[in-house]
Amino acid sequence: MSTVISTDAFTMQNVSKSFRYFRLEGLNLSLSQGQIMGLVGPNGAGKSTTIRLLMGLLQPETGSIQVQGHRMPDQGHVAKREVAFVSDEMSLFTTATLEWHMRFIASIYPDWDEVYARQLLKRFNLQPKQGIKGMSRGEHVKSMLLLALARRPRLLVLDEPTSGLDPVARHELLSELMQIVRDDTRSILFSSHNTLDVERISDQIAFIDRGRLVDARDKESFLERWRRLSIDVPAGVTLPRLAHVVDLSLGERLATLTTDHYEPALHSLLEKSGARVHEVQRMTLEEIFVASVMRSRTEGES
Amino acid sequence: MHSEFHISQTDPRPMYLQIKEQIRHRIAVGELKSGDEIPSIRALAAQIRVSVITIKRAYLELEMEGVIQTRQGRGSFVADDAQLGDSLKEQELDQHLIAAVQAGALAGITGEALLERLREIERIQGKRQS
Repeated sequence: MSTVISTDAFTMQNVSKSFRYFRLEGLNLSLSQGQIMGLVGPNGAGKSTTIRLLMGLLQPETGSIQVQGHRMPDQGHVAKREVAFVSDEMSLFTTATLEWHMRFIASIYPDWDEVYARQLLKRFNLQPKQGIKGMSRGEHVKSMLLLALARRPRLLVLDEPTSGLDPVARHELLSELMQIVRDDTRSILFSSHNTLDVERISDQIAFIDRGRLVDARDKESFLERWRRLSIDVPAGVTLPRLAHVVDLSLGERLATLTTDHYEPALHSLLEKSGARVHEVQRMTLEEIFVASVMRSRTEGES
Repeated sequence: MHSEFHISQTDPRPMYLQIKEQIRHRIAVGELKSGDEIPSIRALAAQIRVSVITIKRAYLELEMEGVIQTRQGRGSFVADDAQLGDSLKEQELDQHLIAAVQAGALAGITGEALLERLREIERIQGKRQS
Protein backbone atom coordinates (compact mmCIF):
# COMPACT_ATOMS: atom_id res chain seq x y z
CA MET A 1 0.00 0.00 0.00
CA SER A 2 2.62 2.56 1.02
CA THR A 3 5.98 2.28 -0.74
CA VAL A 4 7.84 4.33 1.85
CA ILE A 5 9.40 2.08 4.47
CA SER A 6 9.53 3.95 7.74
CA THR A 7 12.05 2.85 10.31
CA ASP A 8 9.81 3.32 13.31
CA ALA A 9 6.55 1.65 14.27
CA PHE A 10 5.69 4.92 15.99
CA THR A 11 7.30 8.17 17.08
CA MET A 12 6.03 10.72 19.61
CA GLN A 13 7.94 13.98 19.86
CA ASN A 14 7.41 16.48 22.64
CA VAL A 15 3.77 15.50 23.01
CA SER A 16 1.69 17.28 25.67
CA LYS A 17 -1.96 17.07 26.59
CA SER A 18 -3.84 18.64 29.50
CA PHE A 19 -6.94 17.62 31.32
CA ARG A 20 -8.56 19.23 34.29
CA TYR A 21 -6.65 17.21 36.88
CA PHE A 22 -3.87 15.73 34.80
CA ARG A 23 -1.20 16.81 32.33
CA LEU A 24 0.94 14.67 30.06
CA GLU A 25 4.10 16.69 29.57
CA GLY A 26 6.67 16.68 26.73
CA LEU A 27 6.57 13.00 25.95
CA ASN A 28 9.28 11.61 23.63
CA LEU A 29 8.92 7.96 22.78
CA SER A 30 9.57 5.78 19.74
CA LEU A 31 9.65 2.13 18.80
CA SER A 32 11.59 0.45 15.96
CA GLN A 33 9.90 -2.11 13.70
CA GLY A 34 10.05 -5.68 14.90
CA GLN A 35 10.22 -4.80 18.57
CA ILE A 36 7.99 -5.11 21.61
CA MET A 37 7.69 -2.18 24.01
CA GLY A 38 6.30 -2.51 27.52
CA LEU A 39 4.79 0.63 29.01
CA VAL A 40 4.87 0.55 32.81
CA GLY A 41 3.37 3.04 35.23
CA PRO A 42 1.19 3.35 38.34
CA ASN A 43 -2.55 3.94 38.01
CA GLY A 44 -3.21 7.40 36.64
CA ALA A 45 0.37 7.82 35.35
CA GLY A 46 -0.74 8.57 31.79
CA LYS A 47 -0.38 5.16 30.11
CA SER A 48 -3.88 5.16 28.62
CA THR A 49 -3.60 8.82 27.60
CA THR A 50 -0.33 8.03 25.80
CA ILE A 51 -1.94 5.14 23.98
CA ARG A 52 -5.07 7.11 23.07
CA LEU A 53 -2.92 9.94 21.66
CA LEU A 54 -1.00 7.38 19.63
CA MET A 55 -4.23 5.88 18.29
CA GLY A 56 -5.47 9.29 17.19
CA LEU A 57 -8.31 9.25 19.71
CA LEU A 58 -7.00 12.44 21.31
CA GLN A 59 -5.55 15.56 19.74
CA PRO A 60 -2.14 16.57 21.20
CA GLU A 61 -1.67 20.19 22.26
CA THR A 62 2.01 20.24 21.35
CA GLY A 63 4.36 17.96 19.49
CA SER A 64 3.96 15.44 16.69
CA ILE A 65 2.92 11.82 16.47
CA GLN A 66 3.57 9.34 13.67
CA VAL A 67 2.25 5.80 13.53
CA GLN A 68 3.64 3.47 10.84
CA GLY A 69 4.80 6.63 9.06
CA HIS A 70 1.36 8.28 9.19
CA ARG A 71 0.81 11.59 10.96
CA MET A 72 -1.72 11.35 13.74
CA PRO A 73 -4.51 12.16 14.16
CA ASP A 74 -5.00 13.59 10.59
CA GLN A 75 -4.02 10.36 8.81
CA GLY A 76 -5.60 8.15 11.42
CA HIS A 77 -7.97 6.62 8.89
CA VAL A 78 -4.96 5.26 6.90
CA ALA A 79 -3.02 4.16 9.98
CA LYS A 80 -6.10 2.31 11.25
CA ARG A 81 -5.75 -0.32 8.52
CA GLU A 82 -2.30 -1.32 9.80
CA VAL A 83 -2.88 -0.91 13.51
CA ALA A 84 -5.02 -2.92 15.93
CA PHE A 85 -5.86 -1.66 19.39
CA VAL A 86 -7.38 -3.45 22.35
CA SER A 87 -8.23 -1.73 25.61
CA ASP A 88 -9.82 -2.75 28.84
CA GLU A 89 -12.38 -0.01 28.37
CA MET A 90 -13.62 -1.24 24.99
CA SER A 91 -16.68 -3.37 24.65
CA LEU A 92 -18.09 -5.61 21.96
CA PHE A 93 -21.79 -5.51 21.00
CA THR A 94 -23.48 -7.32 23.84
CA THR A 95 -26.45 -8.43 21.73
CA ALA A 96 -24.26 -10.17 19.10
CA THR A 97 -22.14 -13.35 19.11
CA LEU A 98 -18.37 -13.64 18.71
CA GLU A 99 -18.90 -15.14 15.23
CA TRP A 100 -20.93 -12.10 14.19
CA HIS A 101 -18.02 -9.87 15.26
CA MET A 102 -15.56 -12.05 13.34
CA ARG A 103 -17.59 -11.68 10.12
CA PHE A 104 -17.96 -7.96 10.76
CA ILE A 105 -14.20 -7.34 11.24
CA ALA A 106 -13.38 -9.62 8.27
CA SER A 107 -15.60 -7.50 6.03
CA ILE A 108 -13.77 -4.29 6.99
CA TYR A 109 -10.15 -5.45 7.06
CA PRO A 110 -8.84 -7.25 3.97
CA ASP A 111 -5.87 -8.75 5.86
CA TRP A 112 -8.21 -10.74 8.14
CA ASP A 113 -6.81 -14.29 8.51
CA GLU A 114 -9.73 -16.70 8.92
CA VAL A 115 -7.53 -19.78 9.41
CA TYR A 116 -5.61 -18.04 12.19
CA ALA A 117 -8.88 -16.82 13.73
CA ARG A 118 -10.14 -20.44 13.92
CA GLN A 119 -6.86 -21.53 15.57
CA LEU A 120 -7.17 -18.73 18.12
CA LEU A 121 -10.73 -19.83 18.98
CA LYS A 122 -9.27 -23.19 20.08
CA ARG A 123 -6.20 -21.76 21.82
CA PHE A 124 -8.25 -19.20 23.75
CA ASN A 125 -10.98 -21.76 24.44
CA LEU A 126 -13.77 -19.59 23.01
CA GLN A 127 -17.15 -20.57 21.53
CA PRO A 128 -17.97 -18.59 18.35
CA LYS A 129 -21.73 -19.04 18.80
CA GLN A 130 -21.69 -17.65 22.31
CA GLY A 131 -23.33 -14.29 22.84
CA ILE A 132 -21.13 -11.54 24.20
CA LYS A 133 -23.62 -10.86 26.99
CA GLY A 134 -23.10 -14.32 28.53
CA MET A 135 -19.32 -14.08 28.53
CA SER A 136 -17.09 -13.80 31.58
CA ARG A 137 -14.71 -10.85 31.84
CA GLY A 138 -11.81 -13.06 30.69
CA GLU A 139 -13.75 -14.43 27.68
CA HIS A 140 -14.66 -10.89 26.66
CA VAL A 141 -11.00 -9.81 26.76
CA LYS A 142 -9.92 -12.94 24.86
CA SER A 143 -12.58 -12.26 22.19
CA MET A 144 -11.27 -8.73 21.66
CA LEU A 145 -7.71 -10.03 21.48
CA LEU A 146 -8.74 -12.65 18.89
CA LEU A 147 -10.42 -9.98 16.75
CA ALA A 148 -7.26 -7.83 16.89
CA LEU A 149 -4.71 -10.64 16.33
CA ALA A 150 -6.52 -12.20 13.35
CA ARG A 151 -6.34 -8.88 11.50
CA ARG A 152 -2.57 -9.46 11.30
CA PRO A 153 -1.77 -5.80 12.10
CA ARG A 154 1.67 -4.25 11.53
CA LEU A 155 1.39 -2.61 14.94
CA LEU A 156 -0.55 -4.12 17.79
CA VAL A 157 -1.38 -1.87 20.73
CA LEU A 158 -2.71 -3.43 23.92
CA ASP A 159 -3.78 -1.52 27.02
CA GLU A 160 -3.47 -3.87 30.01
CA PRO A 161 -4.02 -7.01 27.92
CA THR A 162 -3.34 -9.57 30.63
CA SER A 163 -5.49 -8.07 33.36
CA GLY A 164 -8.54 -10.27 33.83
CA LEU A 165 -6.91 -13.26 32.11
CA ASP A 166 -6.36 -16.55 33.91
CA PRO A 167 -2.80 -17.96 33.90
CA VAL A 168 -3.48 -20.34 30.99
CA ALA A 169 -4.94 -17.59 28.79
CA ARG A 170 -2.06 -15.29 29.74
CA HIS A 171 0.43 -17.95 28.69
CA GLU A 172 -1.39 -18.39 25.35
CA LEU A 173 -1.45 -14.64 24.77
CA LEU A 174 2.29 -14.21 25.45
CA SER A 175 2.97 -17.08 23.02
CA GLU A 176 0.88 -15.38 20.33
CA LEU A 177 2.63 -12.05 20.90
CA MET A 178 6.05 -13.68 20.51
CA GLN A 179 4.86 -15.40 17.31
CA ILE A 180 3.97 -11.98 15.88
CA VAL A 181 7.52 -10.63 16.21
CA ARG A 182 8.99 -13.65 14.39
CA ASP A 183 8.26 -11.22 11.55
CA ASP A 184 10.76 -8.39 12.03
CA THR A 185 8.43 -5.82 10.47
CA ARG A 186 5.65 -6.27 13.04
CA SER A 187 5.67 -4.47 16.36
CA ILE A 188 3.79 -4.44 19.65
CA LEU A 189 3.18 -1.81 22.31
CA PHE A 190 1.52 -2.93 25.51
CA SER A 191 0.92 -1.40 28.89
CA SER A 192 0.88 -3.59 31.96
CA HIS A 193 1.02 -3.72 35.71
CA ASN A 194 2.48 -7.17 35.44
CA THR A 195 6.20 -6.39 35.45
CA LEU A 196 7.08 -10.09 35.12
CA ASP A 197 5.37 -10.23 31.71
CA VAL A 198 6.99 -6.95 30.68
CA GLU A 199 10.42 -8.13 31.83
CA ARG A 200 10.08 -11.37 29.95
CA ILE A 201 8.91 -10.31 26.48
CA SER A 202 9.77 -6.61 26.01
CA ASP A 203 12.72 -5.39 23.96
CA GLN A 204 12.12 -1.78 25.01
CA ILE A 205 10.72 -0.58 28.32
CA ALA A 206 9.26 2.83 29.19
CA PHE A 207 8.41 3.98 32.72
CA ILE A 208 5.91 6.77 33.14
CA ASP A 209 4.72 8.47 36.29
CA ARG A 210 2.57 11.55 36.92
CA GLY A 211 2.38 12.40 33.22
CA ARG A 212 6.12 12.27 32.58
CA LEU A 213 8.46 9.76 31.03
CA VAL A 214 10.72 8.65 33.89
CA ASP A 215 13.03 6.44 31.82
CA ALA A 216 12.98 4.54 28.52
CA ARG A 217 15.63 2.24 27.13
CA ASP A 218 16.21 -1.30 25.95
CA LYS A 219 15.53 -3.97 28.54
CA GLU A 220 19.03 -5.41 28.66
CA SER A 221 20.56 -2.01 29.56
CA PHE A 222 17.88 -1.49 32.18
CA LEU A 223 18.67 -4.76 33.89
CA GLU A 224 22.44 -4.39 33.42
CA ARG A 225 22.79 -0.91 34.91
CA TRP A 226 20.85 -1.34 38.12
CA ARG A 227 22.37 -3.13 41.12
CA ARG A 228 21.90 -3.24 44.86
CA LEU A 229 25.13 -3.46 46.86
CA SER A 230 25.38 -4.64 50.41
CA ILE A 231 28.48 -3.06 51.96
CA ASP A 232 30.33 -3.84 55.20
CA VAL A 233 31.41 -0.57 56.85
CA PRO A 234 33.99 -1.17 59.63
CA ALA A 235 34.13 1.22 62.61
CA GLY A 236 35.73 4.54 61.75
CA VAL A 237 35.16 4.17 58.01
CA THR A 238 33.16 6.77 56.12
CA LEU A 239 31.78 5.94 52.69
CA PRO A 240 33.11 8.14 49.90
CA ARG A 241 30.76 10.39 47.91
CA LEU A 242 29.67 8.38 44.90
CA ALA A 243 27.87 9.34 41.72
CA HIS A 244 24.69 7.62 40.48
CA VAL A 245 23.47 6.58 43.91
CA VAL A 246 19.70 6.19 43.71
CA ASP A 247 19.23 5.10 47.28
CA LEU A 248 21.49 4.67 50.29
CA SER A 249 20.50 3.30 53.65
CA LEU A 250 23.17 3.42 56.33
CA GLY A 251 23.34 1.37 59.49
CA GLU A 252 26.18 1.32 62.00
CA ARG A 253 28.21 -1.39 60.28
CA LEU A 254 26.22 -2.05 57.10
CA ALA A 255 25.10 0.02 54.15
CA THR A 256 22.76 -0.82 51.28
CA LEU A 257 23.34 1.14 48.12
CA THR A 258 21.23 1.17 44.96
CA THR A 259 22.84 2.44 41.77
CA ASP A 260 21.60 2.87 38.19
CA HIS A 261 25.14 2.98 36.75
CA TYR A 262 26.79 -0.13 38.12
CA GLU A 263 30.40 -0.73 37.13
CA PRO A 264 33.16 -2.88 38.67
CA ALA A 265 35.19 0.29 39.43
CA LEU A 266 32.68 0.94 42.21
CA HIS A 267 34.26 -1.90 44.21
CA SER A 268 37.75 -0.39 44.20
CA LEU A 269 36.37 3.04 45.11
CA LEU A 270 34.57 1.58 48.11
CA GLU A 271 37.49 -0.62 49.14
CA LYS A 272 39.91 2.32 49.02
CA SER A 273 37.82 3.96 51.73
CA GLY A 274 38.09 0.86 53.92
CA ALA A 275 34.61 -0.50 53.21
CA ARG A 276 34.02 -3.94 51.70
CA VAL A 277 31.40 -5.00 49.17
CA HIS A 278 29.70 -7.99 50.72
CA GLU A 279 27.20 -8.76 47.99
CA VAL A 280 26.02 -7.42 44.65
CA GLN A 281 22.42 -8.15 43.73
CA ARG A 282 20.71 -7.80 40.40
CA MET A 283 17.27 -6.20 40.58
CA THR A 284 13.97 -7.25 39.06
CA LEU A 285 12.24 -4.88 36.70
CA GLU A 286 9.65 -4.24 39.39
CA GLU A 287 12.31 -3.14 41.88
CA ILE A 288 13.95 -0.94 39.24
CA PHE A 289 10.58 0.56 38.39
CA VAL A 290 9.71 1.39 42.01
CA ALA A 291 13.17 2.88 42.66
CA SER A 292 12.95 4.99 39.46
CA VAL A 293 9.53 6.33 40.34
CA MET A 294 10.52 7.13 43.94
CA ARG A 295 13.59 9.02 42.74
CA SER A 296 11.66 10.91 40.09
CA ARG A 297 9.04 11.94 42.66
CA THR A 298 11.69 13.15 45.14
CA GLU A 299 13.39 15.16 42.41
CA GLY A 300 10.06 16.62 41.33
CA GLU A 301 9.29 17.78 44.88
CA SER A 302 12.67 19.32 45.67
CA MET B 1 16.88 -28.48 18.70
CA HIS B 2 15.52 -31.61 20.31
CA SER B 3 14.89 -30.78 23.94
CA GLU B 4 13.21 -27.54 24.93
CA PHE B 5 14.85 -24.60 26.61
CA HIS B 6 13.39 -23.48 29.91
CA ILE B 7 13.82 -20.01 31.26
CA SER B 8 13.12 -19.42 34.91
CA GLN B 9 12.12 -16.05 36.28
CA THR B 10 13.01 -17.11 39.81
CA ASP B 11 16.57 -18.07 38.82
CA PRO B 12 18.89 -15.33 40.13
CA ARG B 13 20.84 -15.44 36.86
CA PRO B 14 19.57 -13.06 34.19
CA MET B 15 17.67 -14.62 31.29
CA TYR B 16 20.40 -14.05 28.70
CA LEU B 17 22.88 -15.96 30.91
CA GLN B 18 20.47 -18.86 31.37
CA ILE B 19 20.14 -19.13 27.58
CA LYS B 20 23.93 -18.96 27.09
CA GLU B 21 24.52 -21.64 29.70
CA GLN B 22 21.84 -23.95 28.28
CA ILE B 23 23.39 -23.73 24.81
CA ARG B 24 26.90 -24.30 26.18
CA HIS B 25 25.66 -27.26 28.19
CA ARG B 26 23.97 -28.81 25.15
CA ILE B 27 27.28 -28.61 23.31
CA ALA B 28 29.25 -29.93 26.31
CA VAL B 29 27.10 -33.06 26.61
CA GLY B 30 26.93 -33.61 22.85
CA GLU B 31 23.22 -32.82 22.36
CA LEU B 32 24.49 -30.22 19.87
CA LYS B 33 27.55 -31.00 17.77
CA SER B 34 29.97 -28.74 15.96
CA GLY B 35 28.42 -27.42 12.76
CA ASP B 36 24.81 -28.08 13.91
CA GLU B 37 22.30 -25.38 13.10
CA ILE B 38 20.69 -23.64 16.06
CA PRO B 39 17.35 -21.73 15.86
CA SER B 40 17.36 -18.16 14.55
CA ILE B 41 17.13 -15.42 17.16
CA ARG B 42 13.46 -14.71 16.44
CA ALA B 43 12.53 -18.39 16.25
CA LEU B 44 14.08 -19.12 19.65
CA ALA B 45 12.46 -15.98 21.11
CA ALA B 46 9.04 -17.25 19.96
CA GLN B 47 9.75 -20.80 21.15
CA ILE B 48 10.61 -19.83 24.72
CA ARG B 49 8.59 -16.58 24.92
CA VAL B 50 11.55 -14.37 25.77
CA SER B 51 12.27 -11.01 24.12
CA VAL B 52 14.30 -10.89 20.91
CA ILE B 53 16.82 -8.51 22.47
CA THR B 54 17.65 -11.04 25.21
CA ILE B 55 18.30 -13.87 22.74
CA LYS B 56 20.32 -11.47 20.58
CA ARG B 57 22.56 -10.65 23.52
CA ALA B 58 23.10 -14.33 24.37
CA TYR B 59 23.97 -15.17 20.74
CA LEU B 60 26.32 -12.18 20.42
CA GLU B 61 28.28 -13.19 23.49
CA LEU B 62 28.42 -16.85 22.42
CA GLU B 63 29.74 -15.66 19.09
CA MET B 64 32.46 -13.58 20.73
CA GLU B 65 33.41 -16.58 22.85
CA GLY B 66 33.78 -18.66 19.69
CA VAL B 67 30.97 -21.05 20.66
CA ILE B 68 28.62 -20.28 17.76
CA GLN B 69 28.90 -18.65 14.34
CA THR B 70 26.25 -16.61 12.58
CA ARG B 71 26.40 -16.56 8.81
CA GLN B 72 24.52 -13.64 7.29
CA GLY B 73 21.26 -14.84 5.81
CA ARG B 74 21.98 -18.51 6.55
CA GLY B 75 21.43 -18.78 10.27
CA SER B 76 23.45 -19.62 13.36
CA PHE B 77 25.58 -22.73 13.85
CA VAL B 78 27.68 -24.36 16.54
CA ALA B 79 31.29 -23.40 15.82
CA ASP B 80 33.35 -25.72 13.61
CA ASP B 81 35.63 -26.96 16.33
CA ALA B 82 35.84 -30.65 17.16
CA GLN B 83 37.32 -29.86 20.61
CA LEU B 84 34.52 -27.43 21.55
CA GLY B 85 32.47 -29.92 23.58
CA ASP B 86 35.50 -30.94 25.65
CA SER B 87 36.69 -27.41 26.24
CA LEU B 88 33.19 -26.33 27.35
CA LYS B 89 33.13 -29.27 29.75
CA GLU B 90 36.46 -28.13 31.17
CA GLN B 91 35.19 -24.57 31.50
CA GLU B 92 32.15 -25.85 33.38
CA LEU B 93 34.46 -27.77 35.71
CA ASP B 94 36.67 -24.72 36.23
CA GLN B 95 33.67 -22.68 37.36
CA HIS B 96 32.89 -25.23 40.07
CA LEU B 97 36.56 -25.35 41.10
CA ILE B 98 36.71 -21.56 41.38
CA ALA B 99 33.66 -21.67 43.63
CA ALA B 100 35.32 -24.44 45.69
CA VAL B 101 38.55 -22.42 46.08
CA GLN B 102 36.55 -19.37 47.21
CA ALA B 103 34.46 -21.38 49.67
CA GLY B 104 37.67 -23.03 50.91
CA ALA B 105 39.32 -19.67 51.52
CA LEU B 106 36.30 -18.59 53.60
CA ALA B 107 36.57 -21.76 55.70
CA GLY B 108 40.37 -21.50 55.98
CA ILE B 109 40.94 -24.64 53.90
CA THR B 110 43.50 -23.98 51.14
CA GLY B 111 46.33 -25.60 49.20
CA GLU B 112 47.19 -29.22 50.16
CA ALA B 113 44.33 -29.33 52.67
CA LEU B 114 41.84 -28.43 49.94
CA LEU B 115 43.29 -31.06 47.57
CA GLU B 116 43.16 -33.66 50.35
CA ARG B 117 39.51 -32.76 50.90
CA LEU B 118 38.83 -33.15 47.17
CA ARG B 119 40.48 -36.61 47.09
CA GLU B 120 38.42 -37.65 50.11
CA ILE B 121 35.16 -36.55 48.45
CA GLU B 122 36.14 -38.29 45.21
CA ARG B 123 36.77 -41.51 47.18
CA ILE B 124 33.38 -41.33 48.96
CA GLN B 125 31.55 -40.63 45.67
CA GLY B 126 33.33 -43.56 44.02
CA LYS B 127 32.15 -45.88 46.81
CA ARG B 128 28.57 -44.64 46.56
CA GLN B 129 28.38 -45.26 42.84
CA SER B 130 29.90 -48.76 42.93
